[in-house]
Amino acid sequence: MATKASRSAARLMMAPAVILLLGWMLVPLIMTLWFSFRTYLPLRGGDLGWAGFDNYVRFVSSSAFWPAVQTTLVIVLGVLIITVCLGIVLAILLDQPMWGQGVVRILVIAPFFVMPTVSALVWKNMFMDPVNGLFSHLWRFFGADPVSWLSDAATPSIIMIVSWQWLPFATLILLTAIQSLDSEQLEAAEMDGAPHLKRFWFIILPHLSRAITIVILIQTIFLLAIFAEIFVTTGGAFGTRTLSYLIFQRVLESQNVGLGSAGGVYAIILANIVAIFLMRIVGKNLDN
Amino acid sequence: MGQIQLKQVTKSFGDVQVIPPLDLTIEDGEFTVFVGPSGCGKSTLLRLIAGLEDITTGHIEIDGKDATDLVPAKRGLAMVFQSYALYPHMSVRKNIAFPLKMAGMDQAEIEKRISGAASVLNLTDYLDRRPGQLSGGQRQRVAIGRAIVREPAAFLFDEPLSNLDAALRVGMRLEISELHERLKTTMIYVTHDQVEAMTMADKIVVLRAGHIEQVGSPLELYHRPRNEFVAGFIGSPKMNIFGGAEAKKYGGEKAGIRPEHIDVSKTEGTWKGVVGVAEHLGSDTFIHVHDTGLADMVTVRITGDIQAKHGDTIYLTPQLDQMHKFDAQGLRIA
Repeated sequence: MATKASRSAARLMMAPAVILLLGWMLVPLIMTLWFSFRTYLPLRGGDLGWAGFDNYVRFVSSSAFWPAVQTTLVIVLGVLIITVCLGIVLAILLDQPMWGQGVVRILVIAPFFVMPTVSALVWKNMFMDPVNGLFSHLWRFFGADPVSWLSDAATPSIIMIVSWQWLPFATLILLTAIQSLDSEQLEAAEMDGAPHLKRFWFIILPHLSRAITIVILIQTIFLLAIFAEIFVTTGGAFGTRTLSYLIFQRVLESQNVGLGSAGGVYAIILANIVAIFLMRIVGKNLDN
Repeated sequence: MGQIQLKQVTKSFGDVQVIPPLDLTIEDGEFTVFVGPSGCGKSTLLRLIAGLEDITTGHIEIDGKDATDLVPAKRGLAMVFQSYALYPHMSVRKNIAFPLKMAGMDQAEIEKRISGAASVLNLTDYLDRRPGQLSGGQRQRVAIGRAIVREPAAFLFDEPLSNLDAALRVGMRLEISELHERLKTTMIYVTHDQVEAMTMADKIVVLRAGHIEQVGSPLELYHRPRNEFVAGFIGSPKMNIFGGAEAKKYGGEKAGIRPEHIDVSKTEGTWKGVVGVAEHLGSDTFIHVHDTGLADMVTVRITGDIQAKHGDTIYLTPQLDQMHKFDAQGLRIA
């Protein structure tokens, strides 16, 4: 890739892919921006002309906006904490030599292959149903009153469902990171007099920091946009309305495309703020 | 103090016994080298002494106290690993301080020991760097520094020089030998390189398949190898060993003669051969001679230079008093 000719040839060959990707991203983005400045009510007259910043003002001043932002952040943060902590524990356990290791590893990864809609339905009907759910049977077995999870503890329930889905991803990445740790380092620490917990704290955890950063970054991107789990379980009720769900409601339930698009632009801004924060806080781990 | 005694130690992995019953005493202050071909169990033996592997049967005593069931940290031994095993996320200072911090030593004492070790090992300018920013030789010194600050009863080295380039290896070899002279601490050093073993050791333990073939000082092993294996393993270039009628003539089933104990002539001698390759090192010349009727190839070492080209006829005469003779079991005769 050193000569001028080979460089321009490389650019030429990369061009179709770059143009396709750029179009793929730019067209929807520009359409969203365009609609956000229009009064566009598909069932009530269609495109009714220029709206200026009315949609933006209306979206933020709505009483549902700040609670939605808060819910989004609570769910993202909750899932991140659970998946990273449990992921580390599971990764360490799966790293131990044991009988049936291969099968257990596949089982642990399995939830990742279940579609979000399906897993939400399974949790809603088979586990969390207050009458027939497994949890209600368990509670009754111990003589307690069954909890109606999705109405009384809606946000924690959704955090639980989403964590269950994303735990395999975290486990898998952390497991490969643990397996890449030089065993001589652990032995050196053992000779240096570090017992198990200190070896974990001083050797394993610093070694995992980069993998944890990657898990947090990737999961945040996807978790900011979770939708199916909420749609299938609570439908946005009981304080589970996230920003992406609010946008959905504005566009499809209130049939106001302009207002929803303005929300979409806010979502982009929020995602970028979170991304910048993350890069600042944990991104420096990726440097060295 | 650091006397280490192995009593009837064995080690098995599953059904495979890698160390058959083995007795060995390493005296206090001695520089002992375990040497042998790869897979001979020398590293395993070191790890047994370190406590990183559990011994299957037998006892290990350190300074007369039974250490068989002690955890590695309680044995008072420090180890330098082949990959150095430095902690990559810690600075050199923190790496060296780690064992002291784990021992709960107070900060002032830690600082004192670090600066002491750093000045001994020329690391003072590098204390705040990360291991990734150091060269191979510097990393090696950090690993040694991490070992000496603990003031252990004995140092264990597991092929510490095999990741360094040839020039650096010679330098580090000297540094480790000097360190031993200064500290007078017991050191056990594992290597597959017999040159390292010969140059550094007070006592060499030659291992093959977990068995101790011979224990002795470097010159003892060189002059009086106990069997054919040790004879072939110690010395560079290798001893020429041959069997058959020619060996019987000298009174053994097999006989061996080192390359430096053969005289060369262009006109007359005991054996006649054809020069294959002549390696000119300047100070020495190694000549590989074919078609002598002894072995495939006989190596001869001549001090200085000699004109010998591929295909030349050459005559070899062994120095009879330097001839090694072995019986049918490969054991030394007299």
